[in-house]
Parts: sequence; structure tokens; C-alpha cells
Amino acid sequence: MENKITSKQMLADLLDSHYRSALEAKAAGKIVAWATSICPQELLETLDIDVVYPENHAAAIGARKHASEFIEQAEGTGYSSDICSYARVNLGYADIRHSEAGDIPMPDLIFCCSNICNTVIKWYENLAKTLKIPLILFDMPFNHTFEIPEHSVAYMRGQIDHAICKLEEITKKRFDYDKFGEVMELSNQTCEWWKKATDLAKAEPSPLNGFDMFNYMAIIVCMRGKKEGREVFRLWHDELKEKADLGIGPWKDREEKYRVMWDGIACWPHLSVTYKTLKKYGINMVTSTYPESWNILYEKNDRNGMAAAYSANYANRNLDYGTGNVIKLVRDFRLDGIIYHSNRSCKLMDFRQYEVQRRIEAATGVPSVIFDGDQTDPRVFSEAQYETRIQALLEMMENNKAERQEQCKNSKRA
Amino acid sequence: MYLGIDIGSSSSKVAILNARKELAATDVVNMGTGTAGPKAALENALRAAGAAREDIKYIVATGYGRINFGEADQQITEISCHAKGVSHLMKDVETVIDIGGQDAKVIKIGKDGKVKNFVMNEKCAAGTGRFLEVMARVLGCRIEELSDLAERSVHDIPISSVCTVFAESEVISRLASGAAREDVAKGAHNAIAKRIMGMCSRVGYEPLLAMTGGVALNRNMVKLMGIELGQPVIAAPYPQAVGAIGAAVFAYEKSERAAERAAEA
Ligand code: SF4
Repeated sequence: MENKITSKQMLADLLDSHYRSALEAKAAGKIVAWATSICPQELLETLDIDVVYPENHAAAIGARKHASEFIEQAEGTGYSSDICSYARVNLGYADIRHSEAGDIPMPDLIFCCSNICNTVIKWYENLAKTLKIPLILFDMPFNHTFEIPEHSVAYMRGQIDHAICKLEEITKKRFDYDKFGEVMELSNQTCEWWKKATDLAKAEPSPLNGFDMFNYMAIIVCMRGKKEGREVFRLWHDELKEKADLGIGPWKDREEKYRVMWDGIACWPHLSVTYKTLKKYGINMVTSTYPESWNILYEKNDRNGMAAAYSANYANRNLDYGTGNVIKLVRDFRLDGIIYHSNRSCKLMDFRQYEVQRRIEAATGVPSVIFDGDQTDPRVFSEAQYETRIQALLEMMENNKAERQEQCKNSKRA
Repeated sequence: MYLGIDIGSSSSKVAILNARKELAATDVVNMGTGTAGPKAALENALRAAGAAREDIKYIVATGYGRINFGEADQQITEISCHAKGVSHLMKDVETVIDIGGQDAKVIKIGKDGKVKNFVMNEKCAAGTGRFLEVMARVLGCRIEELSDLAERSVHDIPISSVCTVFAESEVISRLASGAAREDVAKGAHNAIAKRIMGMCSRVGYEPLLAMTGGVALNRNMVKLMGIELGQPVIAAPYPQAVGAIGAAVFAYEKSERAAERAAEA
């Protein structure tokens, strides 16, 4: 009998080969780029440039509990401990150049898009400067209005065209616009399957355990413009669909009792305890703001549409948009609660968190808690504090459920 | 009888309720989790209530050390227990400000003493009892004397740092440049009041407000909190034991419900 490969195996294999082929490309003298997670990778893919994503690499180092070495290195060279820990891990790695958690080739090109935050600008500039390699920067000012202003789109469009010229110069290759169209189409399809798969968590119980989503995220970051990326999400979607149709929940050994959203990045060094604490109470994280972050959709060959899609990235949009989106998640996913990760690293996400929390509470009445942590710096987390906050959330959700059941009983009686 | 035990990082509190849900005894021992504190508080409270261990039908543990207390029938967070305790003692209170040794929280109480919403201090000791302990040490007085000292203040000196470590050096330099101890003490109280005020605003506080936790024993702190909020703030009775009292109320309710269920069956 033929053994069908699961999406989980495929995910592991793909990540392996992603990093391996980048190392091989480097060894063969090919150009390797380091890029930010939500950048117009379509341009690099069109030119066959191997790309690694320092954010993903830093997350992997964090999850395998190797971050401290690199953080200390970066802080030792003078980077403040207040800077994003992905930046500190990567800047430390650029010095040390080896990790037990896996290696990446050093870059020949830096490709940075500030639609995720401002930190990346200085981080990537410093890399380019110390390594004496070219930097292509997409400067994407924050969109303070609800709609994406025309000038923002035009500005990004100009930068895309400029980047194409620069890339032709650097690679000494002609940019193939037909291939570009194909990559655009493929990248859109990957995003669509990512969204379709993660949307299946709307089923009750959810077939998806959201901590798995954190793992699959590596592929949407690293392989958005590749066929294999699309295929992984299609397969994952089909597996989840089958589970949903059969009414199978997220865990074999436990029932889904409560459904929550996780706001912010995972706490990679403490992934297991943050997960197990939820699972032990039957709390399933069914969604986060991530599915929306890679919902980068536009028509094939439409460079203005592409520019708009990148400037409209979730993290680059205003408070009304952000809260509107979370309110929609609360309703669509029928959430019982929200967990906000007050992530010491990510100022962009934290800065508005209290206000987002206040507005969501007012609009939906869904209880929430905030806990302190960091995406990769293991020092900024307390297990006991996390446990207390999660248990308090549980108690609020239990009360709400009991009240709902009581109301139900009463209305039946009446 | 029903017992609640609140095991903190630096103290252990026990409360016992009788069969009529009345408070039979409370006890506070200034030793927290991982010490002999919990056991001592338990024994003291039993003695005060004239009860034996076998008379206790149900135990609820709360506080930071709740997980390590093997004798409990159930664990409930200090957030729910404070809300429960306050609503048991003072029916009309809608917002609780609890300032303990290590953390501070503001809780909005809903129906039947349930938690509607809460915020807790994050990241550091700013705005907690620890802050006042450090201030008392720098000012060379005992923590119990801090309130009286501040009440004798005639000038307002703002302490602008919220960080305990920064505030310590700020206070030292104020004293070195001739500021009066009384004024500095009041400044420290005000710094806490301002910090807690921010938390109250975040939670959307409503009157009536009550204060619990060790810091509620500090009269001046309660008064300044009220001034800052522009609302009367009252100190809860047995402020340190409110979490334990709430836990005991839960123990009573859980055990009653279990009995009802058994009767139905
Ligand atoms: S974690 Fe936040 S600060 Fe760090 S790179 Fe990502 S968006 Fe920027």
C-alpha cells in the first residue's frame, strides 16, 4: 500500500530542504538574500535568488532554546536589550555564524520591507553596512487612515519598479516579466490556501490546534512563492476539512471546551508550557491575527495591486482596522476569550494593545487577559504569572458559560 | 466548616467559615510559599475557630503558592477569590484595588461576586508593596511607620520614577539635596496612587471602590488613592485575608453545590 505523506511530514521536509538548498546555493557561489517576513519576495523568486528569513531562523533558534547565546553576543556589542529579540538573535548570529539549532548562509543582499515595523529598517541597514553588501529597502510608512491612501500605493509601486532595476544590476540578469506573472499567481494561491486552511478552525470543535498554526507559519514566511508551499497548505486544508466534516476536535486525548484567540507572536522559548497550560484546561487557541497577515491578494500582473497589498499589511494599518478585524474574529470563530501576549520585543504590536483590548471588550464582552513575555528572549517570562492569568481567564469563561446555560434553561422554561 | 488559604510569596493567610457562612477565624503569617507559613496559618486559624482538621468539609487554595498546596480540594486564582471575598464582606463594592507584596491588581466585580474584568501589574514591582518596603528602608523607618510619616508632610515632592530601582536612587538624591523625609514619604505614596490610577482607568472602575492587601493597612495610602481617583475608597476589613475569605466562600459554595447534587441524585 502506498503511504500517503501528511502535511506535517511535508512541512518538516520542506523546511529542511529550504535551509539546505540555501546553504548549497551559497556554496555554489550563488546570491543569497536575507529578507523580512512580509516582503515582495515575488521579485527574488522571479530571479531565482535563494532567500532566508532571519525572523524565521531566530524563531527556530528560540524554540530550540538556543537564543541566549546570540542575544548576549548582540547586547555585548552594544545593542540595547530593548530592541526586538529577533533582531538581537540575528545580529548575534551574524557575528557567531553557527547555531546548534541550524545554520543559514550569510547574505549577499539585504531585502527589507518596513510594512511590519520600523525596527527592521535599522536592523537591516546595520547588517548591510557591516557586511558591506547591497540593501534594497521598501519604505512603507504606517497607514494612519482606514483606507490605504493613493500616495502610499504609488510610493510602494515606485519602490517595486526601482527594486527590479537594482536586482537586474546586482544579478546581471534580465528580469523575466512572464515568470514574474507566474510567481505572482502562485504566491496568491499559497496565501489563499493558507487562509482557507486556517479558516477551518471556525468549525466547532475546531479541527485545528492553533499551536500547529505557529509551526505552519514557517512555510507561509519562507515558501510563499513556491509550488511546494501552496501544496503543503492545500494538503493541510484537506486534512483539516476531513477532520471538521467528521466532527474531530484538536486533540485526541482532550475535548475542546473553550475557544480563544492569541494576540501576538508565540513565546518560542516557552512554547511547550504556554501550550500545555491551555490544553490542560481544554482551551484551544483557534485563531490569531496571523491568518490575516499573509492574506496578500492581488491580480496577476497588477503591480499597483501588489503595491497596495503590501502596504495594506495588517501590522501597517490603523487602530480602527485592527480592532475591526479582531471583532470579526471573535464573531466568526465564536471565541470565548482572548489572550494578549504583551511581547517585550514587538513595540508595534504592544503599543496599541491596551486600547485594542478595551475596544474589543466593549464591543463583544468577551473576557481577556494580558501576559508578559517575549518571542525569543527567554528571560522575560514567568510561568507562574502566565498560569495565574490563564486560570483567571478560564474562571471568567466558565462563569460566562454557566450564565449562558442558565439563560438557555430559563428561556426554555418560559 | 469551610476553609480558604491564600499562599503568597511572602505571607500565608487562612480564613474559616462556619456552617452559616459566617467568618469563624482568620490568620496571617508572614511567611509564604515553600516555608512553614501555610501550615502555621492553618493551625492558628483552626485553633482560633475551635475546630479540628476533620471539621473542615472543603478547602480552596489560592495565591501564588496554591499549586503546591496538596491538601486543597480545589485551586482558584487570587483574582476570583478577591472579588468573591470583597463581595461577601461589602455588598456594594464594584471595584477592588488589591496591593500585595509583589503584585497589584484592580478587579471589576460583576454579579454574585464574579470577576467582570481585571488588570494586573506587569513586568515589575512598581506600584506594589515591595515599592513601599524599599522606600521605608531608604527613609530609615519601619513599613508601619510610613503612613504617619507621610501624613506629616507639608510640601509636595513628586517621585517621577515608577521603577522601584530608579525610584530608590531618586529618593536618595532627593534626601541628599535636603528634602524632608516626610515629603519624600508622601511622594512615594503618591507615585503608587498614580500608578494604580492608570490601572483603574484601564479596567474602567466604578464606585464603590475598596482596597485590599497588606498595603490597605496603610491609612494614608487609602486616603491618597481616594484623592487621586476623586472617589471614596474604603479599606476592606481584614484587608490581608480577603483572598483567603473569598476562597473560604468558594469552599462553602462548592461544598453546598456538591451536597445539592448528591441530594438530587
Ligand atoms: S517582532 Fe515586531 S519588532 Fe521584531 S521584526 Fe517583527 S514586527 Fe518588527
